[in-house]
Amino acid sequence: MLTLYGQELRSRMLLGTARYPSPSILADAVRQAGTEVVTVSLRRETAGGRQGGAFFELIRELGVRVLPNTAGCYTVSEAVLTAKMAREVFGTNWIKLEVIGHHDTLQPDVFGLVEAARILASEGFEVFPYTTDDLVVAERLVEAGCKVLMPWCAPIGSAMGPQNIAALRTMRAHFPDVPLIVDAGIGRPSHATTVMELGYDAVLLNTAVAGAGNPALMAAAFAQAIDAGHAAFEAGMLEPRDMAVPSTPVIGKAVFS
Amino acid sequence: MTMRVLVKGAGVAGLAVARELVSRGADVTVAEPEPGFAAAASWYAGGMLAPWCERESADESVLTRGRGAVDWWDRALPGEVRRNGTLVVALPRDAGELKRFASRTSGFQWLDTDGVAALEPALAGRFRQALFFPEEAHLDPRRALSLLGERLAAQGVAFVRDEDDGRFDLVVECTGASKIGSLEGLRGVRGEMLYLETDELELSRPVRLLHPRIPLYIVPRGDGLFMCGATMIERDDAGPITARSLMEFLNAAYALHPAFAEACVVETGTGVRPAFPDNLPRVLRAGNTIIVNGLYRHGFLLSPALASEAAGLVLGEQDRREIF
Repeated sequence: MLTLYGQELRSRMLLGTARYPSPSILADAVRQAGTEVVTVSLRRETAGGRQGGAFFELIRELGVRVLPNTAGCYTVSEAVLTAKMAREVFGTNWIKLEVIGHHDTLQPDVFGLVEAARILASEGFEVFPYTTDDLVVAERLVEAGCKVLMPWCAPIGSAMGPQNIAALRTMRAHFPDVPLIVDAGIGRPSHATTVMELGYDAVLLNTAVAGAGNPALMAAAFAQAIDAGHAAFEAGMLEPRDMAVPSTPVIGKAVFS
Repeated sequence: MTMRVLVKGAGVAGLAVARELVSRGADVTVAEPEPGFAAAASWYAGGMLAPWCERESADESVLTRGRGAVDWWDRALPGEVRRNGTLVVALPRDAGELKRFASRTSGFQWLDTDGVAALEPALAGRFRQALFFPEEAHLDPRRALSLLGERLAAQGVAFVRDEDDGRFDLVVECTGASKIGSLEGLRGVRGEMLYLETDELELSRPVRLLHPRIPLYIVPRGDGLFMCGATMIERDDAGPITARSLMEFLNAAYALHPAFAEACVVETGTGVRPAFPDNLPRVLRAGNTIIVNGLYRHGFLLSPALASEAAGLVLGEQDRREIF
């Protein structure tokens, strides 16, 4: 069981809701993956003052927990305001906090992120910060009140997969008791398996599923890959070595060569 | 006895339905409370008849039902349809986007630099690779709506502001986004567009610039006018274009060709496209009312097929084909 802010979850796959060919296909993907948490961008869909709307209604009808996000926010005040709007719209204290610092790579502004996390945590929000794999920033976020960390493994939507395994490993070792979710950069199921094998608690995906030729089938593939990686971590894996180790004993054979 | 039919809504769906009904001998009245055609989402459409390109993200049925649209519009409005294909390009760093687009679509040819230059001299040397969809076509939606309205009027269709349903045998409702809230599952998807004007470059066909975040299409309207579109935002308000959307459009247009930097922004516009959860249109029947709705971003592409289905229902010609 995965526990995020006291909420027990069976599925270790969190799914974004943007850019699917249609809401029906999004719903299929959620069902196929058995996802229990979906993220929703507030900013673009509510600009202009209208809250809610038919798309949010469709999201609510999925019957899964909603993790609203502050995607598209570049400043602390924008992110805080969006988080408050999200609380109104979806009636949840959960917020996936994004404060973007760089237009091209969508790299988080980690200084703004820590500041916004502190403000939101003090106002009762349960913050899921989208951060880099920087250890010191992660410590600051935990100090600010975050009980979950969501490092990228590559830039959002890049599909590059884990770029810095050593940093991800260090982060896992340094925060053994904080749920760690790889958010952003995963392109294919094997990437998800890789980070789960490192002992990560969950994976958050969007583009890799929404942009697939058959999103629902890809969602199912990711769900299996994530479960496989997690089971492998739990089972304990062999360390690689530089010589063959036959699985059948050779002692006692007629020719020993 | 001639069947008397009221078509509500003078957007592309309503006019296409009216044409199909008239051609089958019905007595048709079109009711549209707003003057002209500017109230319809189709007034802000790109006017691309591009079922092969749309297949990138749309269901197979959009291709199968949209295939006949080019001929339909050509018959309805001779001389208005330009059958010279669609060009799809990507910036060098987004070359992967072209591959992805190609893997989802069919009916295209790969072009190299020379191939692009031969089709669109203004883009010579700018793209090393492109996709060309030769069977696709485009038209000017505003001319098309106005001309189709005129032709229908000449064929005896009455255009009125408001009409009493009771005087008709059947009503066909093609009122698009105004049904949001009353038609189950219908939602609005906001689309923003703008018109640029420049005499510094010429294009002869729609060009789609693929980009992972900001896809853009530019449709030449002639006389130095270019229509740029269109955002897809899950929201049903038709308020003015946002600064972000405008900035992204202009950036993308400039990336397609720097001459757009000196173009004048002569118009911006916003429309709300009606869509069902699967983004596919429906022809529904409730008693003496037939509803045609949910055309999403495929108004000009799918109206002909839907109009034919609706007219078949109205005049009792419905065979056992599945209507949805």
